[in-house]
Amino acid sequence: MNRAALLWRVASFAVAAGFIALWQLIANLKLVSPVFLPGPDRAWASLVRGFSSGDLWSKLAGTLEHMAYGWLAASIAGIAIGAIIGSSRTMRTYVAPSLEFLRPLPVSAIIPVAIAMLGLTQAMALFVIAFGAIWPIMLATVHGFGAVEPRLYEVARSLQMSRLAVIFKIALPSASPDILAGMRLSLTVALILSVVCEILAGLDGLGHWVLLSARAFRSADLFAGVILLGITGYVTSVAMSLAEHKLLAWQAAQR
Amino acid sequence: MTANSAKALVLPLAVLAAFEVWARATHLQSDSLAPPSEIVMALFGAFADLSILAATRDTLFSTFAGLAIGTIIGLALGIAFGIFDTLNRLMEVTVEAIRPIPSIALLPIALIALGFGYRMEIVIVAFACVWPVLILSRAAVRSIEPRLMEVARALRLPPAQRVWKIIVPAALPRIFVAFRLSAGIALIVAVTVEIAINPLGLGAGIMLAQQALRPDLMLAYLVWIGAIGYALNVLLVVAQNRLFGRAALSGDGA
Repeated sequence: MNRAALLWRVASFAVAAGFIALWQLIANLKLVSPVFLPGPDRAWASLVRGFSSGDLWSKLAGTLEHMAYGWLAASIAGIAIGAIIGSSRTMRTYVAPSLEFLRPLPVSAIIPVAIAMLGLTQAMALFVIAFGAIWPIMLATVHGFGAVEPRLYEVARSLQMSRLAVIFKIALPSASPDILAGMRLSLTVALILSVVCEILAGLDGLGHWVLLSARAFRSADLFAGVILLGITGYVTSVAMSLAEHKLLAWQAAQR
Repeated sequence: MTANSAKALVLPLAVLAAFEVWARATHLQSDSLAPPSEIVMALFGAFADLSILAATRDTLFSTFAGLAIGTIIGLALGIAFGIFDTLNRLMEVTVEAIRPIPSIALLPIALIALGFGYRMEIVIVAFACVWPVLILSRAAVRSIEPRLMEVARALRLPPAQRVWKIIVPAALPRIFVAFRLSAGIALIVAVTVEIAINPLGLGAGIMLAQQALRPDLMLAYLVWIGAIGYALNVLLVVAQNRLFGRAALSGDGA
């Protein structure tokens, strides 16, 4: 980062700090009732208190756990199913249109069905998160398989590679940018659905924590939870970008 | 083409038929599943007593109100950030700090501040819609042909006219793509808010059907919600192709 960019960064942080100061001012002057809007000082104090007593750690861990299990399950299943569909012309003509039809379905609408089948349980949350997160990954895999350079398939045919070998040696590596982009999209979906499931099923996590805080009008705790959810969203998406960068380094070098 | 679309129908029809036969053969008694014929009957019933239409109206009202507010805010910010690079750089940290907050996390805040009802749902939908529009319209404004801006300068257009006569028309195809993305998000967020907490619209309807142990009605709602999502998507894609043709494709990642 050169000096000018660094200066802009500092200025940008200063502006953000200015907004926080403004928030503090509004809260101090009680322009908005403190029942709804705690000052940043109170939200911060609540964060510190929550972390030092270990309460927030366990809630954060709960949310991350739901998110991670659901997302991993969706990734594995999504890539596997996507590979099966994408690598076969027959499957593509018969199955892919149905998937396209289901894609715009608001996935949260599956929650009541999942509750009816599995009750208000962890299994329900896991199913819903995985179901919601699978779509971007699966469709990206199908799309990535379809966009593989046709000559690579010709090479595979002349080498008489088996279908599995074609998938692992040719299709998956060349579809990996699409797949990783799908996995990144799914990460956001997984976080949102984790929060919704925690709110509905009362599962241990930040979603439940913010809802309880709201019901008890503990606005400082509520804002602390929301801030923590924002940080979770930010950190996971940055981590995913880094992973993408690392995993695709070989492709960047090739071009 | 017709052969292909016929093939596309084979799988869903086969699944539905197999399910119908299986449900009839086993005399299915379930709180979570119902044979397709009963789902269709329940859907007709819900149409007949207008309950599903009222719910659809509530959901779509919140969706479009939130979408409109979110798009206007996102567009205003996006165009401002696109024109004034200084402003964009100064606001970067603030925007990146607020953007990753999952929209649904605002639900409890909106709940205590606004209570149940349309307003809290609209606020959350609008929050979710701001970001795609902001990011894409900012990129669209930045990628406007520089010579157009030179023309604006040569004509000494005042700033308001510069935005209205040069920037908006030039960036419109890509702005519409952003609007299309946001519309999909808006419907998803609206239904999610209703399912999670807000006693309104289709989301509340499907939750009520589940709690009333009416799997046929619940699945009818699910089918209907899916149909609305699909119809909205098709409508916007067609509108995009009609209005902008290939111009919009340059900004479309999908």
